[in-house]
Amino acid sequence: MALLQIAEPGLSAAPHQHRLAVGIDLGTTNSLVATVQSAMSVVLNDEDGRALLPSVVRYLPDGTTYVGYPAQAMQSADPHNTIVSVKRFMGRGVKDIPDAERMPYQFVDAPGMVQLKTVAGVKSPVEVSAEILRVLRERAEHALGGELVGAVITVPAYFDDAQRQATKDAARLAGLNVLRLLNEPTAAAVAYGLDNAAEGVYAVFDLGGGTFDISILKLSKGVFEVLATNGDSALGGDDFDQRVFCWILEQAKLPPLGPHDSRTLLTKAREAKEWLTEHPEANITALLDCGMAVDLTLTSTTFAEITQHLVSKTLQPTRKALRDAGLGPEEVKGVVMVGGSTRMPNIQKAVGDYFGQEPLNNLDPDKVVALGAAIQANVLAGNRGEDDWLLLDVIPLSLGIETMGGLVEKIIPRNSTIPVARAQEFTTYKDGQTAMSMHVVQGERELVAECRSLAKFELRGIPPMVAGAARVRVTFQVDADGLLSVTAREKSTGVETTVAVKPSYGLSDEEITRMLTESREHAKDDMAARMLRENQVEARRLLDAVQAALDEDGSLLDDRERAAIGQLMDALRAVTETGDSPTIKQALEALNRGTESFAARRMDRSVQKALSGHKLSELEVGEG
Amino acid sequence: MTPDFHKNYFELFGQPPTFRVDMALLDGKYRDIQSQVHPDRFAHADEAQKRLSMQWATFANEAYQTLKQPLSRARYLLSLNGVDTAEESNTSMPAAFLMQQMEWREGIMEARAAGDIAALEHLGAKLRAERRGLEEKLEALLDQSHDYPAAAEAVRMLKFIEKLGEEINLAIEALEN
Repeated sequence: MALLQIAEPGLSAAPHQHRLAVGIDLGTTNSLVATVQSAMSVVLNDEDGRALLPSVVRYLPDGTTYVGYPAQAMQSADPHNTIVSVKRFMGRGVKDIPDAERMPYQFVDAPGMVQLKTVAGVKSPVEVSAEILRVLRERAEHALGGELVGAVITVPAYFDDAQRQATKDAARLAGLNVLRLLNEPTAAAVAYGLDNAAEGVYAVFDLGGGTFDISILKLSKGVFEVLATNGDSALGGDDFDQRVFCWILEQAKLPPLGPHDSRTLLTKAREAKEWLTEHPEANITALLDCGMAVDLTLTSTTFAEITQHLVSKTLQPTRKALRDAGLGPEEVKGVVMVGGSTRMPNIQKAVGDYFGQEPLNNLDPDKVVALGAAIQANVLAGNRGEDDWLLLDVIPLSLGIETMGGLVEKIIPRNSTIPVARAQEFTTYKDGQTAMSMHVVQGERELVAECRSLAKFELRGIPPMVAGAARVRVTFQVDADGLLSVTAREKSTGVETTVAVKPSYGLSDEEITRMLTESREHAKDDMAARMLRENQVEARRLLDAVQAALDEDGSLLDDRERAAIGQLMDALRAVTETGDSPTIKQALEALNRGTESFAARRMDRSVQKALSGHKLSELEVGEG
Repeated sequence: MTPDFHKNYFELFGQPPTFRVDMALLDGKYRDIQSQVHPDRFAHADEAQKRLSMQWATFANEAYQTLKQPLSRARYLLSLNGVDTAEESNTSMPAAFLMQQMEWREGIMEARAAGDIAALEHLGAKLRAERRGLEEKLEALLDQSHDYPAAAEAVRMLKFIEKLGEEINLAIEALEN
């Protein structure tokens, strides 16, 4: 029999060792990993002391994969098999990708998400992203000396459901436990809010390599509330490079170029843009394969002129976000700058002019998101107490369903605080109708064709009745990661049919398993051993959690209930060290089920505590 | 398992069931509850707790959003008193109100055609004043005279006003783009 553990009153009995958790900024151009060490958020460098990992993956015929700098170095030499800015393809179809025909890749149109043909086979953007995440995971495990409990992965606030799901799938594929998908601007605010003890309304202006986000946040007494968010998921520093690239083509009167020359000039264009951050003019010289030479000078004035429309494109969503928040630019206390592209002087000036103040640049705009994500990961992993801050995030785009005539009926409006659920009732329009098809879309436009299609599903088995008699209740649930699930239920006859809908682009468990098996690293790994280890970790985690709950709130149970839970715990403990995967899993699920009602009562109690606690503080304040 | 959300939204936040609410108090209680039940507090917990936490946080969000906005608060208060505001089916309105509606709508169309953002913003300000008036009326009808049929009509009017406000915002957006 196990010894009874008695915890210090008021302290949880859960082990207090520091749980290893990281924040990952999975960027379009560069990715980073950070963690909290000795109460400080720090970016973890690679062996050569470099913080940034270029988000570039190169595939070789023998299946070897290069990630980061070695891949980037071969960008010009092997453009077809060197995937850059893969984030732009996450959860996207070919038709969603602007300039697809100008990119050096062979796109394969797959249902839901585009795929890329490489010498190592057809790769999904999820697999490419997983390669980047795997390198960061290994970097972190190496630096921290242990397995990670989990990671917070950041996504642009403007990412839709398909893009978020793809990101989460990539993390799973890379062997990461996702504690939360966190909006990048929120992560940036977490980093700034704690360092500067800021209170008030802040704007986070995030211009990265491939995406633009503007978020309006309210920081007060430990609560970060996202008031509104807007942006453009196809606007970033890459567009400025592209603009300079086109300018070079025009100025040098170049004929259509091969992929290698294009890549060379695009790199030159990016270097010129970066040079102009600190200098009044940049020289662009190149000798091309086609025999032509380029020798041009780009002044910052010309650069500002040719990119003016891109700068303006950032201010439209900014105005929209402020309007949604019901605020004017003068009410914003500070503007946090995020993303390397905000270093451009013309961006700094445009933002400064619009908000009537100097933007905040204290933290490195390339690192601020990862630093904030690490801080949040540390909290979510349970390394800090309950008096911490709370992030109340919102859904960036409205969710709706298709109605007659290709119109959208909005079910959950954008900027609703998540998690959120809405139910809507539908009925049949024909006598004897036994099925109903539903089409879920995301976006702000009135026409289905102009919104993003998320899922199509059929609800079958409706009892035949006269038109209008069936009552189908469809519930949309968006979780704290911003991911949607839909359930539908027919209830007019008392017969309830429930279907859980996973959006079509999401990867099924079988697909994830297949990808894991296919990836070299895991093929070598013994899959069964890996799964056993994961189940054991999960079992220990659950046992700790239940023990802590019993110590804290055991008084909510009577003796019989307590004994029943104790038995389930003993059973799980017994099989954890000796049993095989299915046995552990079974015992795990039994304990999970057996503690459901206990968990519900604990939640009720903590809500009661929260309410009564507040009454006391009001008495102290004494305001009526 | 679904938690038993037997409480109505006012009870959840410890508020009296009236149209007039103490916003600062409501905000405070909402945050207190979220700080207990939000999924971020359960990111490392087991599946059952995670699910429960999501359901609770969803419930608290729904309750807070309903009570925060005057229109939904009035609608909810009426539903607690067994009154359906029948916003889809009942479209009868006082003639004077309908006339004013038409004037406003024409105003929006004209300003939009003329590309006059200032005129649209001016209309928006007038609408906000109208809305405040209706909200005061709702407070009197719901909290003092308990005249629910009249309050239901005021809710329908408020809905009209809000829709117009959205149209103005859309028009401004369209012009700015």
